Amino acid sequence: MLILTCPCCGVTAEETEFSPGGEAHLKRYGPGSPDRDYESYMFNRKNPRGVHFERWRHTYGCGKWFLAARCTITLEVFGTYRAQTTEPPADIIAAIKARRPEWEGFA
Amino acid sequence: MKRYSAFAIAREALRQHKGWSHAWASPEPGSSYDVVIVGAGGHGLATAYYLGRNFGITNVAVIDKGWLGGGNTGRNTTIIRSNYLQDPSAALYEKSRALFETLSQDLNYNVMFSPRGVMMLAQTEHEKRGYLRTERANALQRVQTRFIQPAEVKKLVPIINLDGPRYPVLGALWQARGGTARHDAVAWGFARACSDMGMHVIEQCAVTGVEAAGGQVTAVNTTKGTISCKKLGIVVAGHSGALADMAGFRLPVESVALQALVSEPVKPCMDVVVMANTVHGYMSQSDKGEMVIGGGADGFNNYTQRGSWHHIEETVRALVETFPMISRLKMLRQWGGIVDMTGDRSPIISKTPLGNCFINCGWGTGGFKATPGSGWAMAELIAKGEPGPLAAEFSMTRFREGRFIDESVAAGVAH
Repeated sequence: MLILTCPCCGVTAEETEFSPGGEAHLKRYGPGSPDRDYESYMFNRKNPRGVHFERWRHTYGCGKWFLAARCTITLEVFGTYRAQTTEPPADIIAAIKARRPEWEGFA
Repeated sequence: MKRYSAFAIAREALRQHKGWSHAWASPEPGSSYDVVIVGAGGHGLATAYYLGRNFGITNVAVIDKGWLGGGNTGRNTTIIRSNYLQDPSAALYEKSRALFETLSQDLNYNVMFSPRGVMMLAQTEHEKRGYLRTERANALQRVQTRFIQPAEVKKLVPIINLDGPRYPVLGALWQARGGTARHDAVAWGFARACSDMGMHVIEQCAVTGVEAAGGQVTAVNTTKGTISCKKLGIVVAGHSGALADMAGFRLPVESVALQALVSEPVKPCMDVVVMANTVHGYMSQSDKGEMVIGGGADGFNNYTQRGSWHHIEETVRALVETFPMISRLKMLRQWGGIVDMTGDRSPIISKTPLGNCFINCGWGTGGFKATPGSGWAMAELIAKGEPGPLAAEFSMTRFREGRFIDESVAAGVAH
């Protein structure tokens, strides 16, 4: 079972207390943007086999959104962090590198 | 290939069964083929089969990183139906269901197709309304389905409890010509027929890269060396994203784990397939007597092939209310498979940004039923380079163009 720690309230709980929200750090495109960009924002996903950055909501706790770095093969969670960022913070990157030296980095 | 028949069994019985040969050859990969199909599951093998049968293209290799039919083909709950809502889906799934009816004869291999009937329970007013709409749509599509009342549900499935406090049965969408088939046999039968046409089915051969020149695919790199090809078909279900990455494009697909479980064998108690989509559960009884139970999908991206405990709890809790007799059944096995979900819950059979590279993916939680139809449509796409009438609407560009084939009711969760 997947266990996550909410960075907003500090509670550590099982996945049933949270709701998954899909890929994090998507670049948003709105009205007036080219169709291809809008498509990539709306539908196309990295869907990696390995390190994945994603959104979660602490639905049955503080109710806040946060982000997590997780391995999609082993479900290992490298860390969780606040949602108010456009890319993963340095300590999360370091934690992933320590566990997955072959990881190519956030792109 | 020796044909299987009653006569062959009698002949071999007299020879102490020494005359049987391998059902398919296991050659080493050659250096080049007209078409390379990545993925030796049901869909990949069916694609190769119809390439040979319908278009006479037999210089084909089907390669797989694991063993034949070891992915979702060996992990599903074997349900076959075609009661979808939208016209393109109904055409594709109905074609597939129709092909299943004569598949054993076509392949000379018993796929144990059992058109025992598929029932989709309506357990909320919303669901009932949705199925009544599907019934009308199916009538226009010439797919035979019927909305039946609770009394008829009880007659068809005597073990059902109609009056559950949380999940009462308000009726059901009934497709009498749906059913099940033996999932492994479908893959084996196609592999045998492909091998007989001279195609190479190569197991334990993982793709590590896709080579291209001038925007056209030229070869695939594998753990057994580089194999050049004129055309490439990617039919790898849950791992489509990884293959697309190698070919240099992204897909509107996310992979999640879907799980199923099977009970100890019991005496025959249910001779139809029952699906309860509201509660994310569905059940049928195998020929061995096991109750085959399908559950919900995880909500987050994952490639674990194992599933989650709380989903089992949710599925079983709901099914126990609907089928009280299963409350004391012991479960034998539980497993998970990786399914590739698209935004509109419909598959992709499409050209890709890379020339002569074609992809067949996004079947999500319900690919088994489509195995022959998917292969039929994909073979036409590969052979002609352009999609035929079955595949035309399932292009990967439909998301950009806003032409969704919304099947969230028919395909959202349960299959």
